[in-house]
Amino acid sequence: MQQFTFTITDPQGIHARPAGLLVKEASQFESDISLQCNGKSGDAKRIFSVMGLSVLSGATVTVTAEGKDEDAAIHTLELFFKENF
Amino acid sequence: MITIQGQGVCGGVAFGKLLHLKKAGSKIPRTYIQDTQKEWKRFEEARKSAEQQLDDLYQKAIGEVGEENAMIFEIHRMMLEDPDYLDSVKTIIQEQRLNAESAVSITADTFSEMFASMDNSYMQARGADVKDISQRILSILTDEGRLRLSSHAPVIIGAEDLAPSETVEMDKSGILAFVTEKGSSSSHTAILARTMNSPAVIGAVGIMESTYDGADIIVDGFSGKIYVDPDMQTVLTMQKKKEQTDRQTELLSKLKGVKPITKDGQSVLLYANIGSLSDMALVYANDGMGVGLFRSEFLYLGRKTYPSEEEQFSIYKSVLQKAMGKRVVIRTLDIGADKQADYFAMPQEDNPAMGVRAVRLCLTRPAVFKTQLRALYRASMFGKLAIMVPMITSLDEVLQVKDLMKEVREELRQEHLTFREDCEFGIMIETPAAAIICDKLAPEVDFFSIGTNDLTQYTLAVDRQNPDATAFLNPHHTAILRLIDTVIKAAHQAGIWAGICGELAGDLELTELFLAMEVDELSVSPNQILPLKQKILSCNISQIRETALNLLK
Repeated sequence: MQQFTFTITDPQGIHARPAGLLVKEASQFESDISLQCNGKSGDAKRIFSVMGLSVLSGATVTVTAEGKDEDAAIHTLELFFKENF
Repeated sequence: MITIQGQGVCGGVAFGKLLHLKKAGSKIPRTYIQDTQKEWKRFEEARKSAEQQLDDLYQKAIGEVGEENAMIFEIHRMMLEDPDYLDSVKTIIQEQRLNAESAVSITADTFSEMFASMDNSYMQARGADVKDISQRILSILTDEGRLRLSSHAPVIIGAEDLAPSETVEMDKSGILAFVTEKGSSSSHTAILARTMNSPAVIGAVGIMESTYDGADIIVDGFSGKIYVDPDMQTVLTMQKKKEQTDRQTELLSKLKGVKPITKDGQSVLLYANIGSLSDMALVYANDGMGVGLFRSEFLYLGRKTYPSEEEQFSIYKSVLQKAMGKRVVIRTLDIGADKQADYFAMPQEDNPAMGVRAVRLCLTRPAVFKTQLRALYRASMFGKLAIMVPMITSLDEVLQVKDLMKEVREELRQEHLTFREDCEFGIMIETPAAAIICDKLAPEVDFFSIGTNDLTQYTLAVDRQNPDATAFLNPHHTAILRLIDTVIKAAHQAGIWAGICGELAGDLELTELFLAMEVDELSVSPNQILPLKQKILSCNISQIRETALNLLK
């Protein structure tokens, strides 16, 4: 299991467009990828699940990957978060 | 050939296929099914077609609006592939044995409620996306008109009536003309058609006959006639008429850039009435000198929650930026009467036209009003903004509004947010009360704008939404014309400007009279600007002043 924690600085939080991009990124990997925020957990490969977390600006998100390609997944997603949120 | 006689509300001739627009949600068939596997397959096939449509839309949108904006169609596609969404549909089909249509509609409600319950307005708005994708599948399942609209060749829209929120949602590029069974000449169908410059006929009883869906028809917006399956003779006659109209349009385009000044040198400001940001393009296309009425209620309609200050600010800012220094009169919230939004949770009113609407709603819900005022003032930095408040009936209301405005400016100052101190404040004169005491109101404001639609309805005591009463709705009534004259005189006495922004402003039969009254501004639908300019250019007011003013006697 691999994970990282990130604080969202984008004023709109994880809104629709980047949520869609995130799902796209996460779906490339075989590993199970989840997001934890405000005591809730969501599946990073499911758009409704990601949007359902309603991650606002300033929130802290923990991204966890578990599976064969977990290292690559976490590496890619960490870069993705830095660029987009 | 069948001829249907209605009332033409926007001139022009259109040839095309009739597409019946049925009310969404009104006819989702709820049935119990035996073969759940077959039903799931039906859903899956509909979903595949929906995905195909979204792919096409995405590709098309990339070319038109760029990849960033096109992304929404990708997200819609992802939503259609979301396992949670699919599980919900599947469970309902398998366990409740309901048909695919019901399963989709129940799932749409569940998911959009999830978004609606979030405390972030951006996410709340995503509920509309869920509804949208579900509607897309439902349209395929029920073969409903709404969707065929976006994926087929241009059509003529037929409907019972059109609600303001429906007109907002509509993709207007594929629409040749409108025909409705109900409505009156100042209803939303008529206003929308005029804005888009499409032929429109209302009160066309019989047009929703189911066998006419998909039929070839001709709409004559001048005579109000609709020809279903026209014969050769009619086609030829109407083609000739269409050519003539097109020539007229061509001629008018030559008037672009010419200032609206009468032969004897009297000038008038020619502004446009618009209802959305995208209409700004029409203002330029038709040579508008500014915006005389921006209907802000379109921000409040067709959604689930109040628009936030930021949301409003960014739209007002864009409008002002697009206007490039031209005056933009934004009318504050005019919800109530025929324009309703559920989340306002308005108590049922027996007579909403005389109920708690417009400024009355603003004064009873100052928080909602102040949010809008804050957004407006903040946006004032980006252009020449004028704030206009509708439905005034008393001096006290004007003073209350001014107090709230003062409060808002004070708050902004304390927060170190900038706004323009010289931002104009005006009121609509659209009640007989306001017109009668306008001399008392004038010293308190920077301008008057006469809203003739409501002024007519309230003065003549005729409900403008009631098609049967239209015969009694005479906007040329001497009472109306005298009130307009009173208002313009009082404005000039107080040294402020006065305009007309109702339907009457574009009535070419009255242009000479209005000019004789020395009206300062006329604001009309964008497509009425050029015909009105042509009329103004042909007038010689000093010669006809007395004759024109005879209409007041």
